[in-house]
Amino acid sequence: MAAAKVSKKRFKVSHIFIYLILIFWALTTIFPFVWVINNSFKASRDVINHSFSLPSPFTLDNYKNAFDNLNILIAYKNSFVISGSVTIAVMVLATMMAFAMTRYQFKGKGIINSLIIASLMFPVFSTIIPVFKMMSKMNLINHALSVILPQVAGNLSFAVIVMMGFLRELPLEMEEAAYMEGANVRQVFTRIIVPLSKPSLATVAIFCFLWSYNDLFTQLIMIRRRSMYPVCALLNEISSKYGTDYGLMASSITIIIIPVLIVYIFLQKNIIKGLTAGAIKG
Amino acid sequence: MLYKKKLPLLIFLLPGLLLMLIFLYEPFLENIKNSFYDMSSVVKMPGKEWTFIGFDNYKKLFTDPKIRIAILNSLKIMGLAVVFQVGVAFILAVLVSSIKRGQHIFRTVYFFPIVISASAIGLLFKLFYNYNGGMLNQILLALDKKPVNWLAPATAFIMISIPTIWSYVGFYFVILLTGLNAISDELYEAASIDGCTRWKQVFYITIPLIRGVVCTCITLAVTGALKVFDLPWVIVPKGAPQGLTHFLGTYMYEQTFTINNIDYGSTIALVIVIFGVVMSKIVSTIVKPDENL
Repeated sequence: MAAAKVSKKRFKVSHIFIYLILIFWALTTIFPFVWVINNSFKASRDVINHSFSLPSPFTLDNYKNAFDNLNILIAYKNSFVISGSVTIAVMVLATMMAFAMTRYQFKGKGIINSLIIASLMFPVFSTIIPVFKMMSKMNLINHALSVILPQVAGNLSFAVIVMMGFLRELPLEMEEAAYMEGANVRQVFTRIIVPLSKPSLATVAIFCFLWSYNDLFTQLIMIRRRSMYPVCALLNEISSKYGTDYGLMASSITIIIIPVLIVYIFLQKNIIKGLTAGAIKG
Repeated sequence: MLYKKKLPLLIFLLPGLLLMLIFLYEPFLENIKNSFYDMSSVVKMPGKEWTFIGFDNYKKLFTDPKIRIAILNSLKIMGLAVVFQVGVAFILAVLVSSIKRGQHIFRTVYFFPIVISASAIGLLFKLFYNYNGGMLNQILLALDKKPVNWLAPATAFIMISIPTIWSYVGFYFVILLTGLNAISDELYEAASIDGCTRWKQVFYITIPLIRGVVCTCITLAVTGALKVFDLPWVIVPKGAPQGLTHFLGTYMYEQTFTINNIDYGSTIALVIVIFGVVMSKIVSTIVKPDENL
């Protein structure tokens, strides 16, 4: 920014150039989504022939088709059950663990700390087969829990690291004062720590939700029954089964994108802030 | 005083830790063990014992032509990710940090594809690449050219890489932009008073000062490239055509869950872990994040 201030007079032309480049890249990110939304209102035959023109005739058939034949609403429900539970569980457990790790002194703290950090290095590929075995032994395949439990474990270490970073910065005075007034640990945790960590908790929540919602791999492996499919598994099926019905594909992509887009517009500040906190610390 | 009693500590720490032990550490170790056995099925059936086969699966890694393709593709996408994801993100971040108006809008727009699931993006690009009336072929047709089979053996890998790389540029862009904005304005002012041009400022101030952030980005890009799964699986399932677009992740999935070669799948999973550790070690020795920053 300072560079801009200093060189403002000399580099007027170069500024126009910079904006052109930036707008070009912005178009590459916006264009595909606009294109697909536009085409979702056309009959498949029009998508094939004139995908760049505005929809004429305008039709909602693709949406009707998607909602009637594809169980998109059920897939949404399944996804929300799974990702909602993952998010809540991770928020609760991560705050508790981070609280314990930053406030208590105990033997083996170093080991636990490195266990938490090391588990960031495990890709889901390296644990999924034994977890799958465990789930089929417990008859949980096709059950939401079979996705929830491994995802909670997988997202926990990131969340604990973010929360530890935040709690370490919190001054202890308030907790000590509360203790003087006769509060016990549980009260300190629920009345002071949790309310104060809201901003970090928001970050953790958003990321856990997105990761869980977008994780096709675990969904494909654990959920094999169609009526239990979460959103990504359903998309994968659409891709292989209805690959020739372009209008239907466009409308189902739009249906999946729109809610995320709305949430993103409202929460983008938290998302972007959280990303930097998480990525640089992690 | 408040934190002297140890009982609450157990209550706070144990549930999360147990989950991690049961669903991360134990499976991880079991997966290593599995790679040395010939597994007939995921769950042991009575009467069918798993036989110990030692390093057979590992020897197979060296003779299996498909894993060679998968490893090569994963390495290629890693290189592309470092050069194009982090590279483009760096250029965009430098440019955005040098303008006054619209920083916020560019940040919001560039980051957007990251929140969209890779499966949706995959489906979207499938519509672009389709031979019959896909978007790209419509453009060719309008230009009076013959339609192209974009997912033919020769071009398939590049076509898969484009959305994979493109969709994550915004992620590194935001990290780098935050790093750039943390550099004090006075440094640039001092430099330009001393007669330092814009280009020199980038090389002598910006790059050295955000080396740590760049290192983080490269590490994330390299380890992220090993996790590629959703996009190729949605666009070209099972490494079509002819297994040429297999990545380590998709090949592991195919071996384990469609071909049912579970123990070999476990071995590939371990290869992914080893690559991850080795590559991030290499990155940190080459780029070396400065301790002082």
